[in-house]
Amino acid sequence: MSKIVEIKDVTISYRENIALRNITLSIEEGTLLAIIGPNGAGKTTLLTAINGLGNILSGSVRVFGENITPGLRKGIGYVPQSVAIDPRAPISVRDVVMIGRLSKVGLFHRANHRDEELVESAMELVGIKELARRPIGHLSYGEQQKVAIARALAQQPRIMLLDEPTSNLDLKAQREIIDLIDSIYMKKQLTIVVVTHILNHIPPSCKRVLMMKKGRIIWFGAMEEALNNDLLSGLYGCPIETVRR
Amino acid sequence: MLEALQFKFIQKAIIASVFGGAGCGIIGVWIIMARIPFVGIAMSHAAFAGAIFGLLFHVNPLVMAILFSLISSALIGPVAEKTDLDPNISLGIIFSLLLGVTFLGIGLLKGPKTEALNFIWGNILLLSKPDVTLLIIVVFVIFLFLMLLFKEIQAILFNREIARAVGIPERVIFYGMILLSGMTVALSLNTIGGLLIFSLIINPPSAAYQLTYNLRTMFFISAIFGICSCMLGLFFSYLFNVPSGAVIIIVSAVIFGLSFIFSPKRRVKYNESS
Repeated sequence: MSKIVEIKDVTISYRENIALRNITLSIEEGTLLAIIGPNGAGKTTLLTAINGLGNILSGSVRVFGENITPGLRKGIGYVPQSVAIDPRAPISVRDVVMIGRLSKVGLFHRANHRDEELVESAMELVGIKELARRPIGHLSYGEQQKVAIARALAQQPRIMLLDEPTSNLDLKAQREIIDLIDSIYMKKQLTIVVVTHILNHIPPSCKRVLMMKKGRIIWFGAMEEALNNDLLSGLYGCPIETVRR
Repeated sequence: MLEALQFKFIQKAIIASVFGGAGCGIIGVWIIMARIPFVGIAMSHAAFAGAIFGLLFHVNPLVMAILFSLISSALIGPVAEKTDLDPNISLGIIFSLLLGVTFLGIGLLKGPKTEALNFIWGNILLLSKPDVTLLIIVVFVIFLFLMLLFKEIQAILFNREIARAVGIPERVIFYGMILLSGMTVALSLNTIGGLLIFSLIINPPSAAYQLTYNLRTMFFISAIFGICSCMLGLFFSYLFNVPSGAVIIIVSAVIFGLSFIFSPKRRVKYNESS
């Protein structure tokens, strides 16, 4: 399989701190990769390295075989950590999902029938079609997260980046989002990178795990090998015991 | 009142009311939806400071107002983004500095300060033809900008990070919005005055925000409220011989109050809790 992301010796700052140090990583196309680690490990910053939003001090990032540029973001579906939305925000669910199409539609052009079809099918896949006309601020956190995923899907991305997609959600909503990510991976065989600090929230189809701590990669390998008590305890700095069902 | 319409100064005032009110209404939506209300204050005081320094150094006050407003607009964008302080705090500091500079300029002016004081509260009845022409041009540019880039503007006002992440050139568009806002504020200085124009940027869109969940509609309502505030202000100013700028602001505040009281958004919340 080809490498869809190649990060070579990258250092990224976040304000006055170094958030990532000399990171080297390759992600193969079609992989569902989970990035885990404690708070402040640099997980979110690694996602911003891939989509070019981070402040890269040194090193190189290649996505789809090219150096990362703003134009390449059209092919990267990014779902940031849950964003607080004003309940009175004057924008509908459909309009939010359509945001995902805008770079493909282009400046000074209007969305056409094909764009609208893609938006509808993204909403249908995610299960929010009946909410299309509702103001985005009227939705629950779980529904808003589904809208964010639909928006990323509407871009027709080659890679999806999801940052803590289950944060601030209740148990039922967490399960729905995890199952949704899994279902998207199974149906579309996209490259998906999911950041989470909750091990139970790694989607079942995930085969590769990256462990990060203090801005560095400390382990990268298969999911089965990642479920190691000593490894996880060392990562999080507290005793962890895995239970297989 | 009808016989007054034959006078050129009244005609210019009406045109300025329509275009200035619409322009401030539209840029006000940008400013409040981007949650940077202090940008309005900072730009209006920059324009005010420019006009005063124009008087001080015998340069056309409108030209200096536009120049100061454009410079502050060019700085405001990066300040709002790059400082560790809340953007409104940074802008509050800029605004207070500009206010100090303005009153320093007023203090340094020799002789009567009438012309300078006119920039504080404005006088819609003393507009020149170039003032009005320039205002019309800028408002048309704003309207065109909004029409051509509405979907991108909507995305940016929803969430700048997401807009940038999907590949929209959000920084260029955002800074463009700020620059056009600065131009509108500078050109509306004579209509409303430097201390009061902030209210015309904030009140109409805030009122519109109470009434709709649709951004396109919000822009439209805000422009209409801006026009109504200016036209009613002009009317009452003519009728009762009172300062037009002050009346315009009071009318815009009343419109906001009525919109808040009769807001359908509040009605929904009430019904859900009862």
